[in-house]
Order: sequence, then structure tokens, then C-alpha cells
Amino acid sequence: MNELFTETILIAVLAATVRIATPLIFAALGELITERAGILNLGVEGTMLMAAFAGFAGSFATGSTWAGLLAAMLAGAMMAFLMVFMAATLKVEQVVTGLALNLLAAGMSLYLFKVYFETQSMPMTEVMPFMPIPYLADIPWLGPIMFQQKGLTYLAFLMVPAVWFFLYRTKWGLEIRVLGENPKVIDTKGMSVTLRQYGAVIMGGVLVGLGGAFVTIGSVVRFVPDITAGRGWLALVIVIAGNWRPSGILLAALVFAFLDALQLQIQGVGVDLPYQIFLALPYVMAVVLMVLKSRGGRSEQPGRLGIPYFRGER
Amino acid sequence: MQPLLKVENVTKRFHQVVANDSVSFEVMPGEIHCLLGENGAGKSTIAECIYGFYKPDKGSISVNGEVLDLDSPAEAIRHGIGMVHQHFVLVTSMTVLENIVIGTDAATAILNLQSATDRIKAICARYEVEIDLNSKVWQLTVGQQQWVEILKALFLGARLLIMDEPTAVLTPQESRRLFKIFREMTGDGMSIILISHKLDEVMQSDRVTVLRKGKRVGTVVTRDSSKSELTNLMVGRDVNLNLVRERSDVGLPMLVVSGLHAANDFGTDKLNGVDLTLNRGEIVGIAGVAGNGQKELFETLMGVRRATSGRVMLADQDITNKTPREVQQAGIGHVPDDRFAEGLIPDFDIQSNLVLGVHRDQPFARRGFLKFGQIRSFAKQAMDEFAIQAPSAQTICRTLSGGNAQKVIVAREFAQASRVILANQPSRGLDVGVIEYMHKRLFEKRKEGFAILIASEELDELLALSDRILVLFKGQIVGEFSHGAVDLERVGLLMAGHFDDAPNPNADRSL
Repeated sequence: MNELFTETILIAVLAATVRIATPLIFAALGELITERAGILNLGVEGTMLMAAFAGFAGSFATGSTWAGLLAAMLAGAMMAFLMVFMAATLKVEQVVTGLALNLLAAGMSLYLFKVYFETQSMPMTEVMPFMPIPYLADIPWLGPIMFQQKGLTYLAFLMVPAVWFFLYRTKWGLEIRVLGENPKVIDTKGMSVTLRQYGAVIMGGVLVGLGGAFVTIGSVVRFVPDITAGRGWLALVIVIAGNWRPSGILLAALVFAFLDALQLQIQGVGVDLPYQIFLALPYVMAVVLMVLKSRGGRSEQPGRLGIPYFRGER
Repeated sequence: MQPLLKVENVTKRFHQVVANDSVSFEVMPGEIHCLLGENGAGKSTIAECIYGFYKPDKGSISVNGEVLDLDSPAEAIRHGIGMVHQHFVLVTSMTVLENIVIGTDAATAILNLQSATDRIKAICARYEVEIDLNSKVWQLTVGQQQWVEILKALFLGARLLIMDEPTAVLTPQESRRLFKIFREMTGDGMSIILISHKLDEVMQSDRVTVLRKGKRVGTVVTRDSSKSELTNLMVGRDVNLNLVRERSDVGLPMLVVSGLHAANDFGTDKLNGVDLTLNRGEIVGIAGVAGNGQKELFETLMGVRRATSGRVMLADQDITNKTPREVQQAGIGHVPDDRFAEGLIPDFDIQSNLVLGVHRDQPFARRGFLKFGQIRSFAKQAMDEFAIQAPSAQTICRTLSGGNAQKVIVAREFAQASRVILANQPSRGLDVGVIEYMHKRLFEKRKEGFAILIASEELDELLALSDRILVLFKGQIVGEFSHGAVDLERVGLLMAGHFDDAPNPNADRSL
């Protein structure tokens, strides 16, 4: 057990935490904007998966991770478009729609992968390089943990204040938050509810797409089916655990990422316990958090989350 | 003088239902124009058409001679039309300022809300309204929330203000204040469309357009008209809402509530020591502004909500925190305020709703199986007795009018109750005819020796029904008046939290 607590290992675990948190932060922030607009998109996992695949495929086809990144964002936007079309235009049940999106993504990513990559032996892409930040990377402790990461990781952490600023300090953010609480306010002021829902959900989808991209071209050379492995579901929990606030989401994402980093390390050093127990840690934590959350505390959950808006109540 | 607003032959249908049938009227600058009609007469629908919220199927609406192309409130707002909906359209978790500024030119890309405060404060000063722009809307009284709505419209530059049932939630003093401000507004050249069914208010307007069943039946100059003429136009017949009160022998105490405390769903204390006694053969009315604990009181008495302390005695039986089923079986019937959400299962048919609660008892069930023959014959009988208008006992309750839905609830509760009836807002949103009928039935029950508790936001109704009126304020009974000795002025003050002429420090005095 003692090996766990040496300086190098601790730094390695914390650096892994930051890395693992990256897709979670992207996805949870994307879902935050979506839910703040009153739309519950349970298709985060599927959106990430499609984006992860698109990132891989785009990168493979062009040889450029930048193109892969663009493809992932597009895939995220398209999945979000499907979601918001069903939710805002057709006004169908959002929970069912979200679940359907996950099934669609699981099937479609697998199908496309088989069709286009079956013949290749071990198709591989480039992976985004590490980008140590000059000077900052040399700071003891903080440097190796925070500033020897990839570009997407820096972006994810920068998105936290950016999303906060957007939601709380711009008029579009205010309008989105109002949508989640009482869309009729928007409607009676002569503004389009639908237009704003589309904007928010697609913007959220692009962020989730960035999270998906990190899972493939940001981390590994290959794509395998179900590569997102529940990160999208975790993002949904993180939004709740973070109480629908960017700062809370950052904290929650880091906690989950730390647990994951820890279990990876424990697996590595070989503790005398089945590794599956540690593998389950973040998910057990998720359940514990939900239980704690249900008892007390002011919830910031948008009041009209998941409820379609109809102008006439008849 | 050219009319400010001209509504010509507006027809609006919802599926098969014609809500407005070729309605026309004009509003002059500086006029308070009242739209009078019963529930379902189409007052709100025509208002929503003017505001661009609903698109009329036929007809035109013009402002200052310019025909509006209404498909969103944006067009109406551009032409200086503002509307205060009956159910406020506010984000309660946000500040007053945010609620006013959103969607206006004061909401710049990067928000700088403070820049709008001077303009809002100037409007407030003009009408002598005090309101803290940085408090959250949920912290305000209902009267103040209404002001946020009015400020929203004025901030957008409204010259014509549509007020949909503005005084439903106000104390008499607050209403009077509001009308004074309306007069100041019209003095400034604004016009007001007032939607109401309260004749006292209607009489303060300049002209009245009366709607009945979606059609305009006439427009009259208020000072040349009278309450009885207007009622007649509105209902189409003479109405006597003041039923003859027969003497009733008030008997022994039936329901005694002492020191009752309870909290709402968010853990906020809403009942802070309620003491009241209901006697046999007596109707007791609860007056109070909405949200002062009425709902929690009824729910706690029924066992739906937990009393945190205090006691409820039914005759000599302690029913504090018994289950709703036990309370019901002890002989208490309950008519909740939200009839479609709590009084009925809207997607069930009439007969099922009529036996809810006793559906598993004889004669409606045996060995766990429902006996539909019994249920159907009971339903037929109840529908006859209560004049429930529906094609059959298998009609789905969702399709019923408010009045018929309420009759289903009342029929069920009257059949199940044997000693006490609790009714929260029993006539809210009902037509005069149905209200008349409800009152008659309540008097019958009183004569039979039932103890009856009623909460209503209509003081006139409480005056007509109650043997005693209790005033509920912040979860406490703060005043009691016997029938015939009710001082409405005092009731209004107590409802607003002003006790014994010495203003209550907790009460809100900014409005």
C-alpha cells in the first residue's frame, strides 16, 4: 500500500485525474446548457459515442486530428439536433428520445465501424500530442499535474468559467436559464422559445462532442465499440451532483476522475482485492451522491426540466 | 377621437370549440375598458389574441388605425400593448430586475442590468410603488409580484395595458390602490383593458363590453348602467347570489383544531399554530390572501400532510396525522382547490371518479373485484342528483367543464362524508349558475348538521355562506367575525397583516 503515497505516484494519480476529467467536464457542461434550457437530453452517452467515432473516422480519413475534432463536434451537433427536433418541434417524451439516441448511437457507430474499417487490420489514427505550457509546466507539483496535458484538456478547464460567463453574464445565457424555469416568459416577451431551445441544445451537443473526441483521438489510436464506457451517463450524474452550476460540475467531475485514476493506480500496484471493486468506485460514488443529494440542500434543478412547452394549454 | 385599439369581428376556435365568435369592440385613449363575462365566455381568449399570443382565425386587430400582423407578442409589444396574465408569467428564482429586463433592449449582449435600474425606478416613483429590484420574485408578496408584471409591460413602453383578473389575488385595500393607479395611468393617456367578473370593479371602468359564450352581447357606458343590468347581460337571466339563509341550530363542537403546525413541501413553516373549532350545523369561512396556509391547512386536516405539532379532534376521536383513508372513514369529506390535479383522476371516467375512496368497499367491490353494475347505478343516481351534464357515466373527466368536474367531486365527497366537509376554493373559476347551485347544496348539508369549513378568495362568497369568518394570515388565525358583524375593512387589513391598527412589523407595507 505504501507505494501509493510516494510523491511521484501521487503526482501521476493527480495528473491522470485531470486527464480523465477532461471528457467528463466537456460532456457535463454540454448537458448543463441543455438542461438549463429545460431539455433533458439523456442521450449524452450516445452523443459522445458518435462523436468519438466521428473523431476517429475523420482523423483517419484526413490524417489530421484537427479534422477529426471538427467531425466530432459536427457529430455532437447532429445528435443534439435530433434530440431538440424531437423535444422542441415534435414535443415528444424527452426521456424516451434520449434513450433511443443511445441505442441509435451504439448501433450506428458499430455498423459504420464494421463497414468502413473491418477490412483494415487494426486501423489507427494519430493521437493529439501533449502540449506542455512553457514555464508553467516546470512549476513543481502543479506543473506536471496541470500543465503537461493536451490542448483539449486545457480547453475543457477553460470552458468552466466560459460557460459560467455565458450562462450568468450574457443575455443569451439569461434567456436559456429562463427557458428552463418558465419558457412562457420568453414567449410572452415576443421571443421564440423554439429557436432558443435549438441554439442551447446544439451548443450543448458540440461540447459533448468535444468530450467524445477526447475519448478517441485525444487519448488512443483506435476505436472500439462502446469506447465511451458510461462516461456520458456519469456526465448526467455530474450535472446533478454539481447542482446545475459550472463550478459544482468541475468539482464533481474531478471527484469522479480522481476515483477512476485511483483505481487505475491500484490495479497497477496490485492490491489484494478484485480490481472490479475499484472499477466500480466512481459508479458507487454516483449512487451515494444521488442519495445524499436527495436529502436537503437547495436544488438548482431547472423547474421545467423535461417538460415540453405548449403555448395554448388547451 | 380615434380609437387606440380596434378589434373587428375576431373569431378564434380551438378545435371544435368556438372561443370567440366575431367579437368587435374599441378602446379609446385614456379609457378603462372592461371585458365582463363568465368563465369560458372568451374574455381571456380575446385578450390573448390582442396580445398576439393566439392567432385569430378571422377578423382584424388594429392599433391607431394600423392593422397588426399578429403571430407573436413581439408585434403587439412593438405597438405598445402590454399584458398582465392572470397567472403571473415570472421566473420566481430570479430577481425582479432580471424578470423586467429580459428580452428588452436593456439586456445587452454582455449583461449590465444595473443600467436599467434608473429607468425602472423612475416608473416606480411615478406610481409611488416601492419594490426592491434585487430581491428574488419568490420573496415578494403576490401584490408585489403583480407589480413586477406591470413593470415588465411599462418598461417595454406599453400604452395599452391588458389586465386579466388583476384583483383575484389582492386584498380589498390592494385592489383599491391598484384602481387608483389605473386612473393615474389613464390620466397619462394610457388605456387599460380590464378583464373581470367582479361587478364592484367593473363599475369603476369607463365602458364595459359584455361577452357571453364567446359572443359580444353589448358594450355599455358604465355610468349609464347598473350592476343588475350587467349581470343580466352577462348571465342572460336574473341571478340571485344571496340565497336566503335559513336559521340553523349551531350544535356542539365537531372538529376542534388546536395549535396546528405544518410545513410545505420545501420545509417552510406554513401553519404556525392554527386554532379553530367547527360546530355542527355551521359553515365557517376562511378569508386570506392565497398562499397564507390555506392549502396546507386542508391537507393537514385530511392527513395528506403531516402536522409537525398540534392536535385535530373529531368529536372525541383524535385524528391527528391519521392516514387520509382513516380521516375519510371517520366522516370527513374534502373538496380540494385544484380539481383536475387533486380532486379527480382526469383520465378516468365519471363513474370511477365517483367511487374513488370507497371503491374497495361494499357494495362497489367484493373479494377484491369491482362490481361495475353497482358502480354504474350509483354513478347514474349521483349524476341525476347533482345535475352533472355529460353524455354518460363513462365520459372521461378531462373533457368535463370546470363546473361539471366540481360536481363530480362534490357528489363523491358528499356521499362519503357523514360529519364534516372541508372545501378549499369550492367555486373558483365556476359560472354563476354552478356557484349558486353549490351554495344551495352546502346550505342543505349545514341543515343536516354537518360542520363545514370553506376557504375562498372571494369575500362576497364567504359573506354569503359563512356563519363565522376567520382570517388566516401567515399560518395563523388572526381574526374572527360572526355573520352579520363582519367589518370588511378590518377583514382586508387583517388579510394584509395589519393588526389592531398598529401595523405589524412583519407585514409588508410597500404596497
